[in-house]
Amino acid sequence: MLKIENLHATVADKPILNGLTLTVPTGEIHAIMGPNGAGKSTLAYVLGGRPGYEVTQGSATFDGRDLFAMEPHERAAAGMFLGFQYPVEIPGVSYLQFLRESLNSQRRSRGEKELSGAEFIRLAKDKAALLGMDAEMLKRPVNVGFSGGEKKRAEMVQMGIMDPKLAILDETDSGLDIDALRAVGAGINSIMRNPQKSVLLITHYQRLLDYVTPDQVHVLSKGRIVRSGGPELAHELEREGYAEAAA
Amino acid sequence: MTALPTRKLEAYRYADIDALRDVWDGLAQPERVEIAAQQRLQQIWLPSGDEVDIRRVEMTLQKGATARIFALNNAPRYGRFELDVTMHEGADFALYGANIGGGNSTLEIVTTLRHIAPGATSHQTVRSVLGDKATGSFLGKIEVAREGQQTDAEQSVKAMLLHRGATANAKPELEIYADDVKCAHGATVGELDRNQLFYAAARGLDPASARALLLEGFVGGLWGDIDGDDLGIADLARATLHKVAA
Repeated sequence: MLKIENLHATVADKPILNGLTLTVPTGEIHAIMGPNGAGKSTLAYVLGGRPGYEVTQGSATFDGRDLFAMEPHERAAAGMFLGFQYPVEIPGVSYLQFLRESLNSQRRSRGEKELSGAEFIRLAKDKAALLGMDAEMLKRPVNVGFSGGEKKRAEMVQMGIMDPKLAILDETDSGLDIDALRAVGAGINSIMRNPQKSVLLITHYQRLLDYVTPDQVHVLSKGRIVRSGGPELAHELEREGYAEAAA
Repeated sequence: MTALPTRKLEAYRYADIDALRDVWDGLAQPERVEIAAQQRLQQIWLPSGDEVDIRRVEMTLQKGATARIFALNNAPRYGRFELDVTMHEGADFALYGANIGGGNSTLEIVTTLRHIAPGATSHQTVRSVLGDKATGSFLGKIEVAREGQQTDAEQSVKAMLLHRGATANAKPELEIYADDVKCAHGATVGELDRNQLFYAAARGLDPASARALLLEGFVGGLWGDIDGDDLGIADLARATLHKVAA
């Protein structure tokens, strides 16, 4: 599903990723853990195609296609979902309008029929209910006045609506209380735990992995993967800290 | 005023005088609107569709009268909406206006609000979206006479520039002779937010659709208070935004 080889990337000419190699096979959930400054968010943004994050070497393929040859919106249409650590507020634009236009833009570029207003509202209500979110909130402007936990739940509702093949979730667990964490974990499992789908879960803490069991855990340090292992690696990191585990 | 104005006049400093020359004869005398005491008026000003679209209105609000004006200014060459409003005691005036244009268009909304008696209120909200080499201006003058105690006047002016060649002018002007008044004004000029654009792209919106959607959010609030049929002003504004954002 996702294959990254020897990836080097810079932000404002500063090297952040330094030869990162990683493969996420179809049907698997992989977690990337690492200390602050290891390059976790940079990896998410590079994969999402954020302007200002420059790939200087290496390659990435998504479903066999050259990821870096695609524009950000083309990556979404191809089935990639990027969950934001800090979801963005858009005053004046309701969540319903934002998501309906986004989804229909994806569907148009895939040659699929657009959803009508009624069809879309039904879909949005279903997915909101799945995440334990009041669908009325989707009438509000995108993320405006949402608490940290509500923003993250809303990200998961968006993921449910977009129904991607690959989700890259950047610290979706940060700033969540236990209830929200449980809801987000359940959302990831129900939407993405599927033999046809894959997840790259980027996280600082082990606690989300109590709810979503990864097939593999990778440790990112100084812009490279320094260790990989099974789910038990996350517990070891939690016990011993990154310095020890990455040594 | 019957002679063609020049740019030396403050209210015409950003005007396209050449465009004005061709149509001035029919405009030298402004249209007059009088709203009787305690009466309420709502007007929706749709663009005429002409290359040059000028509207000059002198309005008087008698005691306790209310006026709501919703205006979309999107003329391809020169659009000018000029409003001179005189407010008597307790009158309430509101303007919601948009300048939306690209190319070489010049778009302006020019208002003079005269608070001549106590307790009148006025609210003006103007949003400009300007692409290519367009110029959008808001000149808003507020005069509060000695008798205009307890005036509450407010202006909110925001402009969004889509290209380097576009220009926005915002010029509040206050002339206050009363000592117990509230006059607030705020003006900003900005560009589309990169974080919002990337967020929209990451959800699958192509760049032109993302820009148009964000601009709809920027302008859309203007039409929320329209009572009854909006005569298509929201759709027309949206269509113009999509054209400018393409």
